[in-house]
Amino acid sequence: MPEDGPRPICLSVLAEGGLHEFFAAREADGAALGALMLMLSAGRKKGARLWVRQEAQVREAGMPCPAGLVELGANPAEVLLFRARDVATALQAGLESARCAALGAVIIELRGEARAYDLVASRRLALAARASGVPVMMARLGAPPMPSAAQTRWKAEALPSRALVAKAPGPPSFELTLLRARNGQEGLRYCVEWDRDARQFLPRSIPDAGWSARRATSLSGVVVPVPVHRSGTPDLWSRAG
Amino acid sequence: MWCPFLSTDRARRISGPGRDERPFVLVEKAKGALRIGAVDAKAAGLGLRLGMMLTQARALVPGVMTEEADLAADAHLLHILAEACEIFTPLVALRGQDGVILDISGCAHLFGGERALGQAARRRMQMIGVQTQAAIAGTPEAAWAFARFRHGTLARPEAEEALARSLPISALDQETGTTLALQRAGFKTLDDLARRPSHSLSARFGKTLVEALRRVLGQEDIRITPLRPLPAVMAERQFAEPLGLKETVLATLERLAGDVMATLEARGEGGRTFEASFFRTDNTVRRILIETAQATRETASLMRLVRLKIEALTDPLDPGFGFDALRLAVLHVEPLGEAQPHLDDERRVAEGARDLTDLVNRLVARFGRENVQRFVSCDTHDPALAGGTAAWLSSAPTPWPAPVPEEPPARPFTLFAHPQPIDVLAEVPDSPPLRFRWRRVLHEVTLAEGPERIAPEWWREASPAPDTRDYYRVEDANGHRFWIFREGFYEDTTARPRWFMHGLFA
Repeated sequence: MPEDGPRPICLSVLAEGGLHEFFAAREADGAALGALMLMLSAGRKKGARLWVRQEAQVREAGMPCPAGLVELGANPAEVLLFRARDVATALQAGLESARCAALGAVIIELRGEARAYDLVASRRLALAARASGVPVMMARLGAPPMPSAAQTRWKAEALPSRALVAKAPGPPSFELTLLRARNGQEGLRYCVEWDRDARQFLPRSIPDAGWSARRATSLSGVVVPVPVHRSGTPDLWSRAG
Repeated sequence: MWCPFLSTDRARRISGPGRDERPFVLVEKAKGALRIGAVDAKAAGLGLRLGMMLTQARALVPGVMTEEADLAADAHLLHILAEACEIFTPLVALRGQDGVILDISGCAHLFGGERALGQAARRRMQMIGVQTQAAIAGTPEAAWAFARFRHGTLARPEAEEALARSLPISALDQETGTTLALQRAGFKTLDDLARRPSHSLSARFGKTLVEALRRVLGQEDIRITPLRPLPAVMAERQFAEPLGLKETVLATLERLAGDVMATLEARGEGGRTFEASFFRTDNTVRRILIETAQATRETASLMRLVRLKIEALTDPLDPGFGFDALRLAVLHVEPLGEAQPHLDDERRVAEGARDLTDLVNRLVARFGRENVQRFVSCDTHDPALAGGTAAWLSSAPTPWPAPVPEEPPARPFTLFAHPQPIDVLAEVPDSPPLRFRWRRVLHEVTLAEGPERIAPEWWREASPAPDTRDYYRVEDANGHRFWIFREGFYEDTTARPRWFMHGLFA
């Protein structure tokens, strides 16, 4: 990275040891959530990453490709993959791992509504993560944000990448919105681009003004349904947990 | 131990008692007729023989009961018998289709002598419902011959050969033709045969006859090949009264683990694979296999894994009327040095590594060994084969190349096991698509890079030689990135090229 380049973004709210949730804004954003969490855990705590992936997610989005992990700057030799057949197994394995202080991070991907992941389950995970100092990153795919014991809750969304020469797609870019944080920084928005060589996020501007409008009207992608009829739902998101 | 009526005993076991009065045979189809495949004691007494046609048998014994033979079920029952015998010694082997051989060297005194052990073993078989003939001798072949022809023999070492010499020729267990030829030649007992020079026998009947003779006479000893590999270290405890309480069972197992670990420590080794066997009073054996990611000889951590494994069993460990023996065996050992005190930094690294293997052990014990995986690389340029996952315990870490700096990711984050077909609209041949439809959703392509041509590996014989693939990295209007490919060429007039989705980028 050049000296006068943009300063890397430090997502300081992702403090070590704690439960952090990431909700895919749309169905199609879910595929990259695992990658996003591997990136977010880079350069923090040392140690192997334990990645709990549900079989349903393997069917839906494919099997992680080690060459692809290398291309994102991760070391596949440092990743333990746990294949869980259902949500309950994923949570049990995640909790077991969250107690192991030797890990660098625990990454869990849950698909769908996942009723087993309730306040009690998330509280257990959060306590285990705080006791061991291992950050637990929970990806939620195809589920609306729900109250939980997580320290921070994020909405993650893919951003169009910076075009390279000959209109080639550039490095991965994301838009992260902080839905909830214990220290009250809700609503913070980050537009970031992954700098694989330095293993850090760089700030990134939204490509053009028409982008948001175009995304809103776009055909592709499934928008996560928000239960509008439930009274007090928005308050629930911001307060409970 | 010989089970002369194994098959009929098995059939009786299923049908239950109460049908025992009439002679009973099992039939099988051979040479175009129904022939007798097995007889019970009564039928044998009435002159029914193996291989006899069923019509003939019916003429001899009008009231004979028949049932169809089932060789697989017989083999299964013999296996159960052998497993039940493992309570006496770990060295148990099957002999033919109706025999079990136990190597009881050095374990007879635990059961009150050889005779008592033999009786106990036969009692066990009786409980399962199988009649047996047994004998004890210095070599497995001699014991097998005695069991069939001198039932109940307990051969004294000095008298054994003389006793063996009095056995009939058929005790050699040779082919029918050979036995018949020998009998016609006037040989009646093994003694007659042993007096002849061995070279003339082997010239006429082949080497196997001489070998068999020497083995039965105890002049040559072969070791049996046990049913299950012999453990490196083993400890067991038998109970006078069956044990039923789970906590007591686990406490006993812990004591056994302590014994095993002490032996391992004296040998400078650690165990990788442990097996706990629970012998139930009704002669069924439950086994629990514990694998560890690293050699260990810590009793506490092993017991933790055993508890986890027992809790995670889908078919719970049911003591029934109790267990009458427990055994803990170490199947696979590795050298493991003395634990050394490390310097501060080193120790932290070592502790971290140990914590990690502990975690892997716990996850494997709770959820199964195939669920915990690591990434392994293969030396191939085919992206679908270049890297995969394998069970953590059965693979070793592999090195990974560094990515090309300042380039965007060239390989996707996830790959589909089977590329998914997509509908594509391309502007001109050999250009990336303008838009494509995948899973019923239309994607407008805004950015694209390619093609990257990846040819099939024609030099590998096993590969089914698919078409050459042109890969494109594309990004749609929403910022999602995909890895798609075209199979075949536009110039090819016989088949239209087809497009597939192969992977997803971050």
